[in-house]
Amino acid sequence: MDFSDTAEEAAFRQEVRSWIAENAPTYLFESLSTSGFGSTRTGEYDPLEEARKWQKKKADAGWACLQWPKECGGRGATPIESVIWNQEEGVYGRLSGTFIIGHGMCGPTMMAYASEGQKQRYLPKLASGEEIWCQLFSEPPSGSDLAGLRTRAERDGDDWVINGQKIWTSGAQNSDFGILITRTDPEVPKHKGMTMFFLNMRSDGVDIRPIKQLNGDSGFNEVYFDNVRIPDAQRLGEVGEGWKVSLTTLMNERMAIGGGIATGFPEIHELVDQLRIASGKAIEDPAVRSRLADWYAKSAGLRNTASRAITSLSKGETPGPENSIGKLVAGGMMQDVAKYAIDLQGLGGVILDPEIAAGSAKVQSMLMRSPGVRIEGGTDQILRNIISERVLGLPEDMRADKGVPFNKIPTGS
Amino acid sequence: MNFDFSDDEKLVQDQISRFLRDNCDLSVCRSVLEGEEAFATAVWQGFSEMGVQGSAIPAAYGGVEAGYLTLCLAALELGKRLAPVPFSSSIYLAAEAVSRYGSDSQKETWLPKLASGELIGTLAVTETVEDVSPGNIETNFSNGVLNGTKLIVPHGLVADIAVVVARCGDELTLVLTELDGSDRRAVDTVDPTMASATIEFKNTDAESLDVSDGWAALEDIYNRAAVLYAFEQIGGAEKALDMAVAYAKERFAFGRPIGSFQALKHMMADMYVALKLAESNCYYAAWALENDSADLPLAAATARVSATQAFQLCSRDNIQVHGGMGFTWEFDCHLYYRRSNFLTVVLGGLSNWENKLVSALPEVA
Repeated sequence: MDFSDTAEEAAFRQEVRSWIAENAPTYLFESLSTSGFGSTRTGEYDPLEEARKWQKKKADAGWACLQWPKECGGRGATPIESVIWNQEEGVYGRLSGTFIIGHGMCGPTMMAYASEGQKQRYLPKLASGEEIWCQLFSEPPSGSDLAGLRTRAERDGDDWVINGQKIWTSGAQNSDFGILITRTDPEVPKHKGMTMFFLNMRSDGVDIRPIKQLNGDSGFNEVYFDNVRIPDAQRLGEVGEGWKVSLTTLMNERMAIGGGIATGFPEIHELVDQLRIASGKAIEDPAVRSRLADWYAKSAGLRNTASRAITSLSKGETPGPENSIGKLVAGGMMQDVAKYAIDLQGLGGVILDPEIAAGSAKVQSMLMRSPGVRIEGGTDQILRNIISERVLGLPEDMRADKGVPFNKIPTGS
Repeated sequence: MNFDFSDDEKLVQDQISRFLRDNCDLSVCRSVLEGEEAFATAVWQGFSEMGVQGSAIPAAYGGVEAGYLTLCLAALELGKRLAPVPFSSSIYLAAEAVSRYGSDSQKETWLPKLASGELIGTLAVTETVEDVSPGNIETNFSNGVLNGTKLIVPHGLVADIAVVVARCGDELTLVLTELDGSDRRAVDTVDPTMASATIEFKNTDAESLDVSDGWAALEDIYNRAAVLYAFEQIGGAEKALDMAVAYAKERFAFGRPIGSFQALKHMMADMYVALKLAESNCYYAAWALENDSADLPLAAATARVSATQAFQLCSRDNIQVHGGMGFTWEFDCHLYYRRSNFLTVVLGGLSNWENKLVSALPEVA
């Protein structure tokens, strides 16, 4: 066991480090470093513009989408090189939030299913941030049960006509293109009647409306389709094979390796280190210490699990299933941390104003954002299903809709 | 980065694993539980032949000198089988104490015999039903003799020698004594396979180890042992989870395997999560132990806390998955439950380790 790089890895890290030192937007370092969970602070500068500038600069120098082939705008790098990049990019990586869906999910799907001409046209601009992509999957009646989606695509000559509604689409308001999963045949069982497309988000009939979240922010959108026309040439995969295509997308969900996953531990540690409670300094209180130890053990467990994944990548192997635990552990922990931190402060703990609240209201924003973390990209319950079925090999749930034509499945309405 | 065990280490692990599979299934643990023998002598003998006890003991003192990473993997395999042998007390505690605090001549006298398994050692600390602190050690060492009573000494029933935490004037110290002449009796505990005894010393001859601060030395020994016990704990947790999963697949109720109910699937998913967090923390602690890292106190406490949580959760909910059958003497669920609850406190309680963990955290930036 050792934590040092191999000779090649060390050389690569040095190359990355010197390029970043010479090219990173250092004027944003302070603001980015103070970014709370779920926010990217860029001070007086526009976050989207700064994100695009940094991405373009990286792409021009060959540091965008490292693992993509060069002809797609990437670097043809190995997974471990990608991890090293993420580690070295550090706080500047926070500028990449806008591109995560496009780079992590849309790009790999296009690579697998688009024509050669389409790949040449779209992928380099996706990699460089010149064009932003989103993913149109969830619908009001189908979140965890994604395959229950209802947005219709009907063939009309060389086009398909789309009607329906998507929801929870991150970044749709900034997006130029999107990948879209639709129902093309409601008379066969639900997994068989879907088809995937990509479309221009500025097409006629596309209506994007921001969702106001429970914390008052608007990171997601509803997207309505009213007779939107998509050429058949923009179909990804065969008609009726949309579920298979979507699995390619979901399998590519970016592993948060190297960058680390937010758990709230540094925030609670910093808070209790300063805070006074009735018994004296909070960090000297046995009950506080017990909680703190539990949370440290969890956050260290995630960090050490990531090190095991990096080791697998470094050896050219695929990381094990233990990597599926990250969001499940981190989401719940963040919510617990926030609740406890506020509780220790008494009534003053509910103050959201960062100018007044302890620790710039970081735990208060975690309290209000964490319910979403436990839902987005797979609810805690779906993640437990995945672990129990795919890792532990337990039987699937009994399904009331198995083998039933989509239009005969009970909907409760 | 290579955060994994080496092929050589895994090879040794595989040998130990195969030996235990063939010679130490849970019926062996059960026979010790039911009092057929005080510990599994055939397994101990097999370990001696393979050199397992001497894994981390220097070759100069009769060990194999394969290092602590190998010893961690041995602990993992032992933990999986709930092997009822005095390995932890003799190796993680007694041999470590001699090896770190013994004089050259004490090492020459005792380590080769501990390494070969010819002698069994243990560490005698606890005197009251309160968690151990410097204030509740009364056993006295003066003029070369020990006086006092150790209330519960794991493997005290079968050990030949003990390292004893004792008071010498105002100071705490560590001394070593042979147990053949002392008065010892079995003490009934939640896990009888740990062969615990109450040991009474009456003017018993003992020799000092080279210790200036007995409490600090004990903490040092505990930190190192915590890593090894943590590996035993995740081994046990893994097998308890395996047992739950296997039963949930074959047991039917309401016309379907009970493992298809989300109430049970999610319980087992949580067991898996606790196990994986603990496993990764154990890897890091193994690295810290092998490399004598300054991070050892934090790494050990972290591994200890999460491995304790994992083994407790997995052994408890394995019973729950088994329903009524899990509460019978006949089913093996209670073997894991007993061991997990014993190991939780073998080096002082969980809250003690939580406290140590927080004390070892780096300063807030």
